[in-house]
Amino acid sequence: MTLKDADRSAALREAVTAAVGAQRPLAIHGGGTRRGLMAVTGDGFDVLDVGGHRGIVAFEPSELVVTARAGTLLSELEAVVAAAGQCLPFDPPRFGPASTLGGAVASGLAGPARPWQGAVRDAVLGITLLDGRGGIGRFGGQVMKNVAGYDVARLNVGAMGSLGVLLDVSLRLLPSPMTSVTRVLELGLGQAFGRMARLGRRPLPITAMAWETGTLRVRLAGSEAGVAAAVASVGGEPCPDGEDYWVGLRDRQLPNFEGDGPLWRLSVPATAPQPDLSANWLLDWGGAQRWCWTDDAPERVFQAASELGGHAMRLVPGVQRAPLPPAQLRLQQRIKAVFDPSGLFNPGVLYPGQY
Amino acid sequence: MDRETLAARLREILPAADVVDDEEALRPYAGDALTAYRQQPRVVVLPRSIEQVQRVMALCSAEGVPVVARGAGTGLSGGALPHEAGVLLVLARMKRILQLDPVGRTARLEPGVRNLAISEAAAPHGLYYAPDPSSQIACSIGGNVAENSGGVHCLKYGLTVHNLLGVKLVTVDGELLELGGSALDSPGLDLLALITGSEGLLGVVVEVTVRLLPVAASVQVLLAAFDSVAAAGAAVSAVISRGILPAGMEMMDRLAIEAAEDFIGAGYPRDAAAILLCELDGEPEEVAAQVARVTELLRAAGAGDIRVASDPAERARLWAGRKAAFPAVGRIAPDYYCMDGTIPRRHLAQVLTGIGELSEEFGLAVANVFHAGDGNLHPLILYDANQAGQLQRAEDFGARILELCVAVGGTITGEHGVGIEKIDQMCVQFTAVELERFHGLKAAFDPAGLLNPGKAVPTLARCAELGGMHVHAGELPHPELERF
Ligand SMILES: Cc1cc2nc3c(=O)[nH]c(=O)nc-3n(C[C@H](O)[C@H](O)[C@H](O)COP(=O)(O)OP(=O)(O)OC[C@H]3O[C@@H](n4cnc5c(N)ncnc54)[C@H](O)[C@@H]3O)c2cc1C
Repeated sequence: MTLKDADRSAALREAVTAAVGAQRPLAIHGGGTRRGLMAVTGDGFDVLDVGGHRGIVAFEPSELVVTARAGTLLSELEAVVAAAGQCLPFDPPRFGPASTLGGAVASGLAGPARPWQGAVRDAVLGITLLDGRGGIGRFGGQVMKNVAGYDVARLNVGAMGSLGVLLDVSLRLLPSPMTSVTRVLELGLGQAFGRMARLGRRPLPITAMAWETGTLRVRLAGSEAGVAAAVASVGGEPCPDGEDYWVGLRDRQLPNFEGDGPLWRLSVPATAPQPDLSANWLLDWGGAQRWCWTDDAPERVFQAASELGGHAMRLVPGVQRAPLPPAQLRLQQRIKAVFDPSGLFNPGVLYPGQY
Repeated sequence: MDRETLAARLREILPAADVVDDEEALRPYAGDALTAYRQQPRVVVLPRSIEQVQRVMALCSAEGVPVVARGAGTGLSGGALPHEAGVLLVLARMKRILQLDPVGRTARLEPGVRNLAISEAAAPHGLYYAPDPSSQIACSIGGNVAENSGGVHCLKYGLTVHNLLGVKLVTVDGELLELGGSALDSPGLDLLALITGSEGLLGVVVEVTVRLLPVAASVQVLLAAFDSVAAAGAAVSAVISRGILPAGMEMMDRLAIEAAEDFIGAGYPRDAAAILLCELDGEPEEVAAQVARVTELLRAAGAGDIRVASDPAERARLWAGRKAAFPAVGRIAPDYYCMDGTIPRRHLAQVLTGIGELSEEFGLAVANVFHAGDGNLHPLILYDANQAGQLQRAEDFGARILELCVAVGGTITGEHGVGIEKIDQMCVQFTAVELERFHGLKAAFDPAGLLNPGKAVPTLARCAELGGMHVHAGELPHPELERF
């Protein structure tokens, strides 16, 4: 393996201990590609660079499990598992070549296959965490079934580093599909909803469904025979550059994302009706993740998403997350304090001024 | 608070008949399926609404009365063992299916709904709820959430945590929290994941939303016989490492095969040292291709007899033997003790051999029936509780098996939980730092420690007494990192 391999956990722990001593906040930095998800980017803070802490700790293809240090580049990790015919089930956005495993897990974003192959947290089996008390703990493990102790590993997925520094992560992998094809169907939004719901009720090997401006795209993956049979049920036309489309959608590189109007992400039940907003829409995850360009007031967007049983988050201009009910906010603050009593890790990254 | 006063206060919240304080009537609630432990609660309450649960919790919180939640009481680690001075909060009467949405493919449930009842209600829509513990006819969805239960199909479809969308949780002081909902994620920290598998220590689950899956169009079950347990173990890895993810992959050893055959006659080959049951599901074309491929792989891994169930009746018969294996083993010995460690699959052969050696050392027979695809072992240690010292010997034997699991990189419990049973083995698996964080989380939810006290997470003092700790309070720089 030509991977750079370096265990920097001792140095990272020293840096954290020093910061705790001096009570100076730290901005945890992996590859820096996920700053667009941070409510506070911590520009004035001392930087704790995890990027140097890298390398594959253990990879057993027969177990479908890999353990790697958090600073490992996603591209390197992917190449290693792909060489064994495997892939990361949650297919995280890359947002650039510097993306690291730690950043992908801390931000908890999954690609278009999310409803079918699971979220980031579904694939996380265990983590080693360096916390704000200077403690290093290993939570979870390297096996799929493990219910000993509270699930601190999954708690850290999507926590944006607010509870501690991920040192390494064990992930469950999937066999890469033997083949994958994309079909396109020209359908208005109403028809697309109907079609997605119908397809979702059959056990088809679907791994992505997205709709934008009159076009529904459906990706099917599996064995040749299984995919060929499913193509017949889905119908539509072949889409030769299908894979590029999914990568563009995953990494938010499609033309739609280039505009500079306010961009929102709504996470709602897949079959929920469209909220009453004056907006442009792009539906991913079979309708469960909806990208929305709208000038409507934030309160209105939050409200609309919550009425549908979901929540909204603004990404452009500037991150704004759906407010938490007071009882939950207090509980989350107490949990933060268990791991980071001085509030030094990425303060305000999720809810500025709150934790 | 004495029994009389406590019962009277609770009867201000619930109808008199839903508060049980009569010695005789309390008896059935004295324990769960880990029968070695028994304890009468002070009072049992059987609420029928979220509001009643909230008021019971508010009362107990204010009065400092411990509360243990109980679903159906099928737990195997003593999680629902009552507290002698506490209330046993039985959720079994809250068993309505509140909503079943066939289009959105979700179900909203009260916590006492039986696991199997979900799939039964979903069946007319061609849907089902995937996690299927062998206890599914009895166990409750609330208990499943509290234990993060699995089943024979979690290799492909995941555990409870992978199939949950939302939970309503009543906190220790009676507040109602909504964690998750019906979208695929929720803002802030992932508390839904945190409370899944928390064994009733962080809150009371009063409503659960799960996702439903479409029933597969085609299902095939293969049975393969091996002349050694080691060969069967290696075959499991051979199949999965070739990119095939069976819906289920179960193993039984000779003692378990014989017990199952004597009990229900599933048609297993009695001369085999081990059998594998492998279920493949999906679209018919996909499954046909996989059956051919798996047959080839099993053959290459040394399988003798390989049989594909030719019709649904034969398929059901093959599974029936596996599903009845625990009671079947129960017939050949007065008592059995079921272990639940998980190991990386590649160590199956080594660990099964180790268990065989320990069996000789302790002079107790052991039958193995387990989720081989996940590396989740269920050694059943046979003993006779009426013979002096045998229960102790069985427990010591079990503890050694779990230590063996941890030593090869596994865990002391794959799906049955820690409860009271494996509390000492927690000291083997976790360091002082890790245990301290667990206690911190517990305090964040339940500062006075009233919910299910004494379970799931041992005190540091207890571990220190046992001398089983890996490290003490961070004295070593990075002991955890060497554990791979
Ligand atoms: C024959 C047999 C086979 C089994 N097979 C499997 C298997 O294949 N896979 C598997 O995972 N398990 C299995 N089990 C174990 C058991 O059935 C599961 O752990 C099940 O989820 C327990 O559900 P219950 O409703 O019986 O919970 P209980 O036993 O009543 O309680 C279990 C724990 O959950 C807590 N709890 C219960 N309800 C709530 C609630 N509403 N809110 C908060 N906490 C709550 C309790 O305090 C306790 O700690 C088996 C058990 C038996 C007896």
